[in-house]
This record gives sequence, C-alpha cells and structure tokens, in this order.
Amino acid sequence: MRRVRAIFGGIHPKEHKTSSNSTPIQALPAPAVVVVPLLQHAGRQAEALVAKGDEVLKGQVIAEADGKISAPVHSPVSGTVTAVEPRTIASGRSVMCVVIENDGQDRWVERKPHPDPVQLDAETIVQAIAEAGIVGMGGAGFPTAPKLTPPKGVIIDYLILNGCECEPYLTADHRLMVEHAEEIILGAKLMAKACGARKILIGVEDNKPDAIAALREKAGSIEVVALPTRYPQGGEKQLIQALTGREVPSRGLPFQAGCVVQNVGTAWAVAKALRDGEPLISRVVTVTGSAIAEPQNFWVPIGTPFKDVIAAAGGFSQTPGKVVAGGPMMGGAQFNLDAPVTKVVSGILAFGVDESKTPDSQPCIKCARCVDVCPANLLPLKLEAYGMNEQFDNAREYGALDCIECGCCTYICPSKRPLLHYIRFAKAEIIARETH
Amino acid sequence: MDDLKLLVSPSPHVRDTDTTEKIMFAVLIGLLPVVAAAIYFFRWDAVRLLLLSSASAVATEAIWQRLRKKPIRIGDGSALITGVLLGLSVPPTLPSWMVILGSAFAIAIGKQVFGGLGHNPFNPALVGRAFLTASFGRAMTAWTAPFDAVTAATPLAMGAAVSRIPDLFFGSVAGSLGETSALAILLGGIYMFYKGVIDYRIPVGIGATVTVFALLAGEDPIFHLLAGSVLFGAVFMATDMVTSPVTKVGRWIFGVGIGVIIMVIRLWGGYPEGVTFAVLLMNAVTPLLNRWTRPRIYGQGVKVSE
Repeated sequence: MRRVRAIFGGIHPKEHKTSSNSTPIQALPAPAVVVVPLLQHAGRQAEALVAKGDEVLKGQVIAEADGKISAPVHSPVSGTVTAVEPRTIASGRSVMCVVIENDGQDRWVERKPHPDPVQLDAETIVQAIAEAGIVGMGGAGFPTAPKLTPPKGVIIDYLILNGCECEPYLTADHRLMVEHAEEIILGAKLMAKACGARKILIGVEDNKPDAIAALREKAGSIEVVALPTRYPQGGEKQLIQALTGREVPSRGLPFQAGCVVQNVGTAWAVAKALRDGEPLISRVVTVTGSAIAEPQNFWVPIGTPFKDVIAAAGGFSQTPGKVVAGGPMMGGAQFNLDAPVTKVVSGILAFGVDESKTPDSQPCIKCARCVDVCPANLLPLKLEAYGMNEQFDNAREYGALDCIECGCCTYICPSKRPLLHYIRFAKAEIIARETH
Repeated sequence: MDDLKLLVSPSPHVRDTDTTEKIMFAVLIGLLPVVAAAIYFFRWDAVRLLLLSSASAVATEAIWQRLRKKPIRIGDGSALITGVLLGLSVPPTLPSWMVILGSAFAIAIGKQVFGGLGHNPFNPALVGRAFLTASFGRAMTAWTAPFDAVTAATPLAMGAAVSRIPDLFFGSVAGSLGETSALAILLGGIYMFYKGVIDYRIPVGIGATVTVFALLAGEDPIFHLLAGSVLFGAVFMATDMVTSPVTKVGRWIFGVGIGVIIMVIRLWGGYPEGVTFAVLLMNAVTPLLNRWTRPRIYGQGVKVSE
C-alpha cells in the first residue's frame, strides 16, 4: 500500500453528490443547433477550416490547432455550418464559434480504429491525441499532447490519473469511472507510454468506493489509491503531494517533480481516440443543484447549449438564482443559459434564489481559518488586504502567485469576506506588471 | 427559461455555515462558567459590576458608531465580550462609575479609534484594565475575601506558603471577579477549544512557560499557574483572535513570550501581577510575529529536477 500524505489545509464541504451519483449516465441526443467554440482549452484559439454554408460530417475537423499549445476542434454532428461568429462561452469570454445545424443523420467522418493501440509507439500516440483535440477535461483544459511531451532528458516517474473529483456536487468523473473503467485504464497505459512514465497511479477519493472497485478490477499492475476525501485534493499540485510526497516548484510545472497528471475523463478520451478513432466531441456533464428537477449525468455532445441540457434534466424545479458551469468551488456563474458545453464543462449547477445570495461581508477578525485551510500555505487574509489596498509588491512577497484559486479561504471565512476575489485581482495586477 | 435573473458572482459559490456572530456567541458561552463562579463567590458585587461593564461597553460601541455614521454592529457580540471580560477582571469592590468608565475607555480607545472590530492592535478589555490600574491603582487592588466581602490579601500578595491549592483551584480566594476559579476558567476554555474558537497553542504556551520559569526560579509552579490572572488571561485574553498571531509558530512564540513577561514582572517587577502588561506587550509584537513566522509556501524552496 502506498503511503498517502496529507495535503496542506483543505476543507470538507457538504458533498451533495448523492442525488446524481447512483444512476447511469444518459446519452443526450444532439440538439438541432450546436455552437462549437474554437477556444475550449488553455492556449491559442483554433483556426476555423469551415465557413458558412459548408457541409460537415460528425467527427470532422472544423478548426485546426494554432501552434503547440492549442487543440483542433471537431464537429459533434453532421449538418450545415450556419455561422462562424463570436459568441460568449461559459468562461465569460467571447470566442469564435462554429454554429452547425444538425441534420440528424449522424453521418460520421471515416474513423480509423486500432484493435490494440498499446502496441503503437509513443510518437504515434501523442500525434493521435493531438489530432483528436484532447485537452485536460478536469477543468483547466490544458492541451494533453504537449503535457505528455516534457522537455528532453526529463524523466517522468509517475503518470497520475486524477479521479478525485473533490468538488462538491460533481459526479461526472465518478460515473465515468464506474461505467468506463476499462477505457480509463487503457487511456492511462497509452499516456504512460506516450510520456515514458515508469509507473501509473490513480488517485480516487474514498467517498467513491464503487469507482475504486471498478477501476481495481481492470487495473492489473496499476495502483489505484484511495485518498481521504478532502477538497482541493484534485488540484494537480495537491494530488502530486498526496500520492508522492513531492511538491511542484513554485511557479513550475509537474514534470519538474517527475509527474504528469491527467484527469480520468481525459484518459477516457485518449482511449476513444486511439482504440475507436473518435475525436473528442462529447463528454460527461453533471446537471444538479437545488433548482434542478432531476439531477443526473449526461453524455453531452460538445456545443450543446446549457438550456438544452437543463431541459433534459427535467428543467428547473424552482426559480434559479444562480447557474454555475463546473463545480461550486471553482466554477463560473452564468448570466444566461446560452453558453455551450465545452470540453472542460464538468457540471451545470443551478441553485435556488435564497441559496444564491452573496452574504454581506464583515470585518476580518483574524481568526486565521483561511490560513488553516490554504493548500498553498499562504496567509490569505494578508493577501486579501494587500489586494484591496493595491499593495501589489507586498502581495507578491506574500506569495500571491502561488495561489491556486481553490476558494477554500472564501468558503471558510466566518466574516464572509470575498478573499479569493481580491487575491485574483492582486495576481492579475502582478502578472500584468511583470509582462509589461 | 429565457427571462431569468441570474446572479453572477465570483467563485466559490458555497460557504461554510459558521459566522462571526456564532464565534462571538461561543466565546460568551465559554465565559458563562466564569460568570457563574464570579457571582457565586462575590454575589451582588459581581452582578453589579458585570451588568454595568457590559452595558457600558455595548452603549459606547453603539454611540460611537452612531456618531461616526457607521452601521451599528453591537449585534455581533464583540462589544459585549469586551464588557464581560473587563467586568471579570476588576476587584469586587470597584466603584460603579469606575467600571463604567473603564469599559467605555476599552471600547472607545481600545477598539473604535483603530477602526472597530478587527482593527485594534491591543486587546480592548486589557486596555480598559490597564487604564483603570494606572488611574485608580488603589481601587483596583482593594481585594476582599469571597462571600463576606471583608478586606483580604490576594494569594499572590501573600505568597505560596499560606495558600491552599484547592482554594485556588475552586476559586474561594481574594482576587478579581473572574480570575479566582481555575475550574470555571478551564471549563470555559475546554468548551471554546471544542468549538474551535481558541487555539490551544497560546494557553499551553503560557502555562508551560510559567511552569518551567517557576521551577527554574525555585518557586511552586502550581501556585504560579493558579494564583492571580494567569489562567484567565491565558484562556480568555491572550486567545483573542484579533490581537494574537495568525500563524501556528507565531502563536507558540506569543504564548511563550507572555509566560516569560508574566514571570519577570511577578518575580522582579513593581506589581505583584503582570498578566495585563504581558499580553499587551505581546499584542504589540503580533504583526511582527505574523511576518516572521510565515509558513513555507507550497513549492517554495523545492529542488527542481531539470
């Protein structure tokens, strides 16, 4: 048994997972119109290859990667392009989108499956992952192929699969692990081969015993490690700490700690790409929260507007006050329901009006609970004050740039202060000054 | 679905249920055994002083906030705590007007001039007590025995030889209202620790330091722990969140520093007791302790394997 280390700080909010974690993932048919953003990942926006009026097939490349840190985008349906125009996506940014009218025919582009992709060499695997448009599906959306190709001479000791799903409410990864353990294990092996990792570890929090059992059944020599449930253990740096005791250097990358971390959803996508020849055009999305009538998980074609996904979950059971893309700790609030599901949207949460209210903030009483819960070992109360008073040099000295924006400080604050909000502000200002 | 009014706010979108008011309430509950002991031992004098000091503190806070045209926040309970703490740290014979003045001073000069809750560098109740001690030295040291209110010396003034440990533990000795019963203080302290509103490091740091210091000086450590206001100060005054360090290491140093200063004043100083000044002095260095004892940030000082 692997010795599990405690992460610094962390919290255990109410999980709210039971309303969606025990029923199978339902396939959601593609809507009549899909809106496919060309920037669903970290890095540069993909460049459109189609124009208004073009016929496209399901799985066809509609935009190509622009440089190494980018990813191509594929059509989730067969049909006709009706527009290529900027739209607002779930992150709040306005990005170029390809709007496609679904012809309902489900006509696929030619797929090239491979019966035993593990036989392929590393370069071919990385190439196929890049071409399939695979990006980190845990939320950050960093393109997977460059993550699997660290600088020359770097030895990767561990490929770590992230099955923590430590955010409350979300159960998408949970259901995926229960139902698709085989693909996840295959994806892990492929990625380990691609980056030359010596060992594969899969970290899953112990509030998902059925997922752990399902993975272990298929795991073979791969170690599936049960971790105590604690947010934000699914943060890349925190998971490395929990599983290996190593730390990623400040402002550095996981490979500097000899690790590559990938989400279990990403592993599933890798298996689909190499074994079945299918690009990343759908993902699992948890639809839940107090204002959702029938909380559950869906296989959602990329580009499906939020309102269609919510309608499939029975619509709203009460007037929603807030709708969030992703988990409640790090997800972004939406101002309408038009944003499409992208490769990084793991959940759509809707809360009732009362639950959505932002509490009034009161003076900081220096209780230091934010200090106790900070997984980066920062003094959030100091950073908040420095951000608020625009003392950016002090914020920098106190490690603002090491903040992972997990939100534990704001969550725990008894005075209901928006700590993370001001820390983000300080970070943005520091980075803006640096690049000047 | 199209005409929804959705709130857009930064993450996180869920919050813990604990609030400042709940923390203050837990401290007030923690003070209950001490208040009960004070009333048991000193009867109507305790009731009189506690009511007046509490009312004065809350009224001063409300009047100040009114004059400054700020929202009136007496409901958060912090002014009430200051009032109760001050009331518990004066002798039972103190004239009423003095405790009213002391409590008003604690809130006005100890807290509100700095900007109110959370901004004061010094424990307001101790600022009030220091003010009273400096202004009315005789009244603040006019001790009486419990129950019958006849003039008596405190254990610290009499010395270890004539003090009975059980009396010190249960509290039937002369002293400030809330400081005589170690049992009541410990009960309140355990409750507050259980509710997560005080950090054990500060009282343990003070207690351990007083013990070691007393042993090295050839004095009775049990006597030094139980006599005077060490326990009350360690559990209720030094643990004030606003004026104590936010780091773990800082809290240890804070506690040890208070312990050392208490013993230096007791053994070689001009006052028989030094808790007030010990805590206030360490309050003053709290910002420095926070700066010097920052925890190692994740990933800093880690060797990079290129």
